[in-house]
Amino acid sequence: MNAKQARRPSNLGPQSIPSLLVISAAFVSGFCIMTIEMLGARIMAPYFGGSLSVWGSILTVFMLALACGYLIGGKLSARQPSLFNYAFFFLAAAALSLPIIFFADEIMRPIFLAIEDPRYGSLLASLFLYFLPTTILGMISPYSVRLLVENSDHSGQKAGLLFFVSTIGSAAGTLGTSFYLVLWFEVNEIVFGTAGALALIGAVLMVAGIRRGQADGA
Amino acid sequence: MALKLRSVVFFIGLLTCSVLAAETLHEERSLYRDITVTQEGDRRCLVFNVHRGDRNQTCMNTVSPERLVFEYAKMTFAGLLLNPNPQKILIAGLGGGSLPSTLAKLYPDAEIDVVEIDQAVVNVAKQYFSFEETENVKVTVNDARVFVKRASLLDQRYDFVILDAFTGDYIPEHLLTEEFLEEVRAIMSPDGVLVANTFSTSRFYDHESVTYQKVFGEFFNFKLPSSGNRIIIARDAPLPPRGELTGVARSLAPSVEKFGVPLLEYPSRLSTRVDWDMSRRALTDQYSPSNLLRDN
Repeated sequence: MNAKQARRPSNLGPQSIPSLLVISAAFVSGFCIMTIEMLGARIMAPYFGGSLSVWGSILTVFMLALACGYLIGGKLSARQPSLFNYAFFFLAAAALSLPIIFFADEIMRPIFLAIEDPRYGSLLASLFLYFLPTTILGMISPYSVRLLVENSDHSGQKAGLLFFVSTIGSAAGTLGTSFYLVLWFEVNEIVFGTAGALALIGAVLMVAGIRRGQADGA
Repeated sequence: MALKLRSVVFFIGLLTCSVLAAETLHEERSLYRDITVTQEGDRRCLVFNVHRGDRNQTCMNTVSPERLVFEYAKMTFAGLLLNPNPQKILIAGLGGGSLPSTLAKLYPDAEIDVVEIDQAVVNVAKQYFSFEETENVKVTVNDARVFVKRASLLDQRYDFVILDAFTGDYIPEHLLTEEFLEEVRAIMSPDGVLVANTFSTSRFYDHESVTYQKVFGEFFNFKLPSSGNRIIIARDAPLPPRGELTGVARSLAPSVEKFGVPLLEYPSRLSTRVDWDMSRRALTDQYSPSNLLRDN
């Protein structure tokens, strides 16, 4: 570890960020984004049906949320990037996924009552249910790049690696959810599992951050 | 040798004829499926997703359009044995419109609501299958789940509900759950009847049966050897005794005869026997992998 640092000094501090941890975290966030997205249609079908426009609403909201997340995450990564902030994103995404489990009916019912057209109803419901957690998950991508990049020569390569890993995670989340998870578990159980996985990663990152802080202080 | 050659030529000719005989009148890729209308002799059919293996959604005899062609369409009328005089009818899934057209002829005063998700199917039914919207027959292009939820908000009550939304190769999973059936039950009048046209095979059969049983209790299972479909006939109140059904069949049979419905044969075919695995899980909004279950 020390020899490695000597070769590639990190500008984040004396001890480099454990790459494997960041890469795993990016994989999990990619997986979770698509798991929630795949379940999105199922969650909304009781109120807005299974028409193509419901899928359109979900995909639109996810794309918008990710776009915002990339922008915010990139901006935040320019100001003293730390494992603590990174861990906090995961914990926040986990917490913001919980309304999908506990308040889905409370969110969708008034929208269903207020808006007759299922297109706009599903769009608004998607916004309330999925926008915040997905935005936070989007913030993780650029922030991961920042944590991994040690010098500008390698920034493209590291970004490529992270996009690769998180997109493979997304593919796995899509396939795993639609082929198997829905056969084995209830929808809420899967969302709960997703939130749990995000919280676990958040906790591990937090511990890693504390240890790094102690090492810095020593 | 000459004879053999002639018979070969004849056979080839026959083959060509039967291929040519099915003429395609209309082809369209809608938002939800590929729609084809074919004509073969007197028989005009609406076919969904022809490339994935010909499934006739509905057929009409163009010479005597009154007569229903498909067994399952006729079987649907068995539901009338439980409520022979419906005033308000809901049909989920239009197809070629044979069910609403027939019911409108049978009950000219009844209000018939049809909900169909695909506008293209509505257009094709009107253009090729002489389906008409009238004062009493109204079509709404919407998802059946959404329609039923709204109907319950508006305190609508239906005497006869037909679920015919399954195209054969894809099951709309949100139309099979316990919650959906509860919503349907909520818009049924006290003596209202639900008739669902579904499948008779695969592991899915068990799950579906368990779900219906959970919501409606005992229901009539109606299968015929000549049809791959099964018809579920359910109502909120306990099922009537068979004697009552036979009586209704006798009085109603003459009026449905011209549609080709052999109603008198039906009462003895309605079964309450549990022929499914009761340990299977009921389908809910939380657990409804119907399309996956069907393949297993």
